[in-house]
Amino acid sequence: MSKPKVAFFDFASCEGCQLCVLDLHPEQLLDLLNVIDIVEFREAISEKADTFDIAIIEGSITRESDIPRLQKIRDKAKILIALGACAHIGGINALKNFQTKDEYQEAVYPTAPQKYETSHARAISEVVQVDAFIPGCPIDTNEFIKVVKNLVLGKKPGLPDYPVCMECKKNENVCVYELGMQCLGPVIRAGCDARCPSNGGYCFGCRGLITEPNLHSQKDIIQKYNLTYEKMMDKFKLFLERNKEVFPK
Amino acid sequence: MSKDVKIDIQHITRVEGHGNIKIDVQSGELKECKLEIVEAPRFFEAMLKNRHYDESALITSRICGICSVGHVLGSLTASEDAFGIKISEQEKNLRCLMNIGEHYESHVLHIYFLAVPDFAGAKSVLPLVNTHKDVVVRALKLKKLGHEIGNMIGGRLIHPTAMRVKAMTKIPTPEILHDIIHRLEEAKTELKKDIGILKTFIIPNFERETEYISLYKYGEYAFLEGNIYSSDIGETSYKNYLDITNEYLVDHSTAKRAKHNRKSYMVGALARFNNNHQWLSEDAKTIAADLGLKAPCYNPYMITIAQFVELFHLADEGIKAAQSLLDNGVELENRKFTIKPGRGIGAVEVPRGILFHDYVYNDQGYIQKANCIIPTGQNLQNIEDDFRALVPTILDKSKEDISLMLEMLVRAYDPCISCSAHILNVEFE
Ligand code: SF4
Ligand code: SF4
Ligand code: SF4
Repeated sequence: MSKPKVAFFDFASCEGCQLCVLDLHPEQLLDLLNVIDIVEFREAISEKADTFDIAIIEGSITRESDIPRLQKIRDKAKILIALGACAHIGGINALKNFQTKDEYQEAVYPTAPQKYETSHARAISEVVQVDAFIPGCPIDTNEFIKVVKNLVLGKKPGLPDYPVCMECKKNENVCVYELGMQCLGPVIRAGCDARCPSNGGYCFGCRGLITEPNLHSQKDIIQKYNLTYEKMMDKFKLFLERNKEVFPK
Repeated sequence: MSKDVKIDIQHITRVEGHGNIKIDVQSGELKECKLEIVEAPRFFEAMLKNRHYDESALITSRICGICSVGHVLGSLTASEDAFGIKISEQEKNLRCLMNIGEHYESHVLHIYFLAVPDFAGAKSVLPLVNTHKDVVVRALKLKKLGHEIGNMIGGRLIHPTAMRVKAMTKIPTPEILHDIIHRLEEAKTELKKDIGILKTFIIPNFERETEYISLYKYGEYAFLEGNIYSSDIGETSYKNYLDITNEYLVDHSTAKRAKHNRKSYMVGALARFNNNHQWLSEDAKTIAADLGLKAPCYNPYMITIAQFVELFHLADEGIKAAQSLLDNGVELENRKFTIKPGRGIGAVEVPRGILFHDYVYNDQGYIQKANCIIPTGQNLQNIEDDFRALVPTILDKSKEDISLMLEMLVRAYDPCISCSAHILNVEFE
C-alpha cells in the first residue's frame, strides 16, 4: 500500500497548531513519515502539491473569497481534517462576531474601515463537510499523531467524549472555583489532560463541548459560587460563539 | 540595459502567514515592486473591547503562535503599566525563562527549517533528513527544548497557561531548574557543532544602511523592559512609542518625509545586535566574531546569523536566571493588586523585533481601547526598500535566481505575516 499524501492548508489562524505539528521528537517525525507522505506544508516546505489524499486545515473562514479555495481542497481530498479550535469551532476568531461588522472594522482600521474584505468568522464545517477534527487551541501534538494514524488505518479518530473535570480530578487539582476563578471544565471535551486548571489557569473551552453537555449543571455551579449568569456566559464567549447550544440565535 | 523581468511569487513558502512578491522590471527600469499581504485580517483590537484584564493575554497570545509568549509578555507589561504594578525579581526570572523558550523555538525553526534549506539548495528540511540527518535531529531537539522550557515554567509554550498579571500561577521545582541549566549548557555545545555549517553559507553580499530600532536598557541586551532606541536619534521613552510607529504610518499614507529622514526602519535580531551588542554574553560575542558578524552590520541576510548568536546569549541568560531562582528559593506569589482605570503600554522584544501593546482600562479592569503594533508590520516597508536597492544590482541573473534571492531576503527577516495582517496598512506604490 502506498503512503497517503497529506497536505496542510491554513486560513485565518495564528499557525500555532501547525507549529505544534512540527514539535515532534525526531523519532516521532521519522515514524510519522513512515505512514504518511507530507506533500504540502507552507510553514516548512516550498513544494506545492496538486494531488493529496488527506487535507489538514487550520484556521477559520472569515472571507467569502476564501470559500472557493476551501471548496477546491475539499473536492480533491478523500479525508478532510479540521486542525485546532479555529477550524473546528471557530475559536478565538469568532469572538469578534459578538460585534457588528461596522464596529470591529472601525475599531481596527478607523481611517479606512472597509479597506479589507471580511465577514463573520466560521468553523470549517459550516462551509464544507469535515470528516474529522483535532481539537484544541493549540492542538496536542500526541493527539495529532494518534488521530492521523487512526484515520490512515481506517479507524475512528479516537477522541475522548467526557469532560475536562474528569482529567482534572485525576490530576488531584484543587477545583479553581474554590480559588475564585470560573472554569468551563464540566462541559468541555477532555483529552488535554486538563492542561489549564493543572497549570495555574482555568478551562475556557478551547476543545469544544462534549456531545451531551449538561449545561444545567452550570446553573448549580453559578448558585454554589455566587456567580451571575452573565459572568458565566461571558466566559463561553471566548471560544464558543459558533455553538448553537450555548448561543442559540 | 534593456532587461524585462516579471516576478510573481504567490504565497511565499517557509514564512509565517501568506504574502506575495511582485516585481516588474521593464527595459531595466523598476516599474513595480511589492510585498503583498494577503492574510485574512482577524480584528484582535476589536475583540479585546470589554474583556477583563485577566483575559487580555489569553486573547492576544492567539494573534500569533510563534510569538505567543511575546504577546503574553507585552500584554502583561501593558496591564501592569496601567495598574502601576511592579513585578518581583522571581517573576522577572521566570519570564526571562519563558522568553528564552520562545526564542529557542522560533530562532531554531527559522535558522534550521526555513533558512538552512536555502543555503543547502533544498526545497525544505525534509530531504535533509537523508543528507544531513544529524543536523535535522539536532534542530528538532533544540526546538523541542524551547517547548519543554515553556511547558515546565508556563504550562505550555504556545499559548502558555500560567502567565498572569503580576505573577505566574505555577512555580518550578529545584529539579526542574537544575534540568533547565543542564540542558541550556548542552544546547550551547550542540549549537557549536553547526558553526561549521553556518560558515559554509554563502551570504549574499548586499548592504543597505537603515535605521535600527530596538528595546534599550543600559547595561543589558534588553528583551523584557526598557525604552526604545533608534540608531538615528537615540533613546525615547517607551511611553512615546507612537512617535516612532506613527511617523512610519503617516509616512505611508501621505508620502511626507518623517523627521528621521527615513522611509523605513528595521527591527529584530540584527537591530538588537546593532544597538545592544556590547551587552551580549562573552560566549555570544566570541561566536559573533567567529561568524564575521560585526556591529554595525547593514546586510539583512545576516539576520539569521544574529539569531544564531542570540541563542548563545539567551542560553547564558537562562542559566543565570535559573541559578538565581535556585539561590533565592521560589514560592508562589500572592497575586493581589488594585485595579486602576487608565492607559498602560507594554514594550518587549520578541523574536522578530520590538512589540507594543497599549490598553485603556475602565475602573472595573475591562479594556476600552487596545492597540498592538507588531514587529513584522514595522519591518515590511524596510523589506520593500531592500528590494528596491537589491533588484537593480542583480538584473544580470536569471529570473529563477532573482526570485530565490528575493524570497531568501523575505525569509531572512523571518516575517510573521499572520501577526502583521490585522494591524498595518501596507501600501506600496
Ligand atoms: S486553534 Fe489556537 S493555536 Fe490553533 S491556529 Fe487557532 S488560534 Fe492558533
Ligand atoms: S477546575 Fe475546572 S476542570 Fe477542574 S474540577 Fe474544577 S471545574 Fe472541573
Ligand atoms: S483545559 Fe480547557 S481551555 Fe485548557 S486546553 Fe483543555 S480544553 Fe482547552
